[in-house]
Amino acid sequence: MGMTLTEKILAKHSGNDRVSPGDNVWVDVDVLMTHDVCGPPAIGIFHKQFGEDAKVWDKEKFVIIPDHYIFTNDKYANRNVDILRAFAAEQDLPYFYDVGTDSYKGVCHVALPEEGFTRPGEVLFGTDSHTCTAGAFGQFATGIGNTDAAFIMGTGKLWVKVPETMRFVFEGASLPPYLMAKDIILQIIGDIGVDGATYRTMEFTGPGIKALTMEDRMTLTNMAIEAGGKNGVVEPDEVTEAYVKSRTDKPFEKVYSDPDAVYHSEHFYNFEDLVPMIAKPHSPDNKATAEELEGTYLDRAYIGSCTGGKLSDFRAAAEIIRGSKVKLDTYIVPATTEIARALETETIYGTPLIDIFREAGCKIGNASCAACLGGPSDTFGRLNSEEVCISSTNRNYPGRMGSKQAQVYLASPYTVAASAVTGVITDPRVFIQQTVI
Amino acid sequence: MSKSSEPIKGKAFVLGKNVDTDQIIPAAHLVYSLEDPEERKLYGKYALSGVPSQESGLPQGNIRLTKEGETESEFKIIVASDNFGCGSSREHAPACLEIAGIKAIVTSSYARIFYRNSVDGGFLIPFESFDDLSKEVHTGDELEIDQENHILKNLTQKKEYKIKPLGSVADIVRAGGIFKYARQTGMVAER
Repeated sequence: MGMTLTEKILAKHSGNDRVSPGDNVWVDVDVLMTHDVCGPPAIGIFHKQFGEDAKVWDKEKFVIIPDHYIFTNDKYANRNVDILRAFAAEQDLPYFYDVGTDSYKGVCHVALPEEGFTRPGEVLFGTDSHTCTAGAFGQFATGIGNTDAAFIMGTGKLWVKVPETMRFVFEGASLPPYLMAKDIILQIIGDIGVDGATYRTMEFTGPGIKALTMEDRMTLTNMAIEAGGKNGVVEPDEVTEAYVKSRTDKPFEKVYSDPDAVYHSEHFYNFEDLVPMIAKPHSPDNKATAEELEGTYLDRAYIGSCTGGKLSDFRAAAEIIRGSKVKLDTYIVPATTEIARALETETIYGTPLIDIFREAGCKIGNASCAACLGGPSDTFGRLNSEEVCISSTNRNYPGRMGSKQAQVYLASPYTVAASAVTGVITDPRVFIQQTVI
Repeated sequence: MSKSSEPIKGKAFVLGKNVDTDQIIPAAHLVYSLEDPEERKLYGKYALSGVPSQESGLPQGNIRLTKEGETESEFKIIVASDNFGCGSSREHAPACLEIAGIKAIVTSSYARIFYRNSVDGGFLIPFESFDDLSKEVHTGDELEIDQENHILKNLTQKKEYKIKPLGSVADIVRAGGIFKYARQTGMVAER
C-alpha cells in the first residue's frame, strides 16, 4: 500500500519508513516562520522555557517576517516590532525582514516563496493559519500557535498527527478566461463546508492543476484552512521547480503521492463546469455564484492579502479596471514590496498597472496584511462601521475586516474589479470576452 | 498549568457554531503582552468581544462573557456548536479565555489549530460532546464535568450527557502543556 505526498514527507522527517493517518510522530522542522503578532509571545515563551541565554536551534531555519500591523500608530503594535528587532539582534538572525529597511517584505506567505523558503519535500511551520499556502510547492506546511513555535525554537522538533488526505482532481486544459483559482477554492469550500476538511490534507491534482501557475496554486492551498484543513498540497512539477530554482540554490527533493496511496475521499471537478463564485457574509462556505448576486449593494472593494494580493491578482484586476473610473472606494494593497515594485513595471498595452489603478481612482496601500484582518483602528482600508465590502481576501466571519457590523463578500480579483467598476456585485464575464469556437 | 482530573464546576456560557478566532479575540486586540501581569488582563476584558451581540450567551443573547469594567468572567465552562475556534492560528484565543477564567469548553467539534493550542499551551481543557449541546444548555446553567466518567452534568436542568474521552492528547492535558509533557518524558531537559 502506497503513501500520499504528505505521509511521505512526515515519514521521512520523523525517521520512519512509513506512517499512517492517525499516527502521532515527532518531525524535524526545516523552516519555522513567525511575524509581529505571534512572534513576541513565542519569544517570551522561548526565553521562559529555555532560559534568558538560550539560542534558537538553527538560525538558518528561523525566519521572521513582520507583516501584520506595520503602518499604524498603535503603540503596542510598534512595541511588538521592536521586540522582534531586539530578538533578531540578540540571536544574530540572518532572515529578519525588518520594517523600515530595504529588506522589508510584507505578507509572510508570499514573501516565503519569494525568498526561497518554500522547497518541495520539506516541513515548514508558521505562526499563522495561512502557512498552508506553501503546500503549493509540494511542501508540508501548516499553522501553529506561539507555544508550539517556542518549542520548535528550542528543539527543532514538533509532534504532528498524520492527517488523512482528501484528493481533489481537476480536469481541464487551462483556466477559462473568466475563471480564477479563487473561484475554484470558493466552490470547493462551499461544497464541503468550513469544517469539511478538518484535520485533513487537501491534495489538489489532475491535468487542470498542472496547467496552473504557481500563484494560482498558492491561492488554492492558501484557503485549505478555510475548510479546516491541516495543509493543502500540490505535487511538484517543472513549474514548481522553475520557480523554486529561481529563488534559492538550496537542494530539495521532490516527493509525489504513490499511485496506490489511500485517500479519505476523492472529489472531481472540471474547470469548464465552474463559474465565478462568491462567499456571502459571514462565512467562507456561504456560497453563491456572482451571477446570482448581480446588483447587490456595495460600499467598498478591496484587493490584497496573501490570498488575493499577488501580482497576477492585480494584473487580473487591472485588465478589467483599465480605462474606467471605479464607483466604489477601492483599496489596492500589494502583498509584498516586490509586488509593489512590479506594479510600476508590469504593463497592459504599455500602461503600468499602478497607473491603471491610480487613473481609475483606486487608493494604493503599502505592502502588508492591512485590512484583511481588521487590525488596529488606523489600519489602511479597515471596515470601521457598517460598510459592505467585496474583497479578494480569505475570511468573512463577523468582524474579520474590522467592525462586526460590516459585511464582507469574498470573490476573485476579477469579480472584485468588475464590481468596483459598476458599483454593485457584477459577474466578471460581463467584461471578459469569451472566445466562441 | 497542570490539569487535574477532579470535577470542573461552574456556570455555562453558550455559543453557536463556527465561532472563529476573530470573534474570540478581535485582531485589533492581539497587540497586548501575554507576559506583563497587568497588560495581559486586557485579554480577559476583550475575550469573546467579537461575537455578534445577539449570539453571545445563548439562548437569550446580548450577554457579555466579561462584565463591563471587569477582566474575569462569572462563567467557567463554554458550551458551543460545531467547529469552535476556526480561523486563524492565534494562540491568544485559548489564552484570552483562560485569562477570563474559562476552565473548559464542551463542543461537538473543534477547529484543529485552536484545539491543539488549547492542549499544547495548557490553557483550558477542550472536551468534545457526542451531540450538539448548544441548544440544550442555557447560559447561566450550573454545570459539572465528571472527567473520570466522561459525563457533563447540568445541575440546573438535572440532565446528564456523555462526553468523549480526551484520547491521545490526555497525557499532554494532564501534564499542563507540551513543555511539561516533554520534560516529563525526557525530550526536553528539566530546568
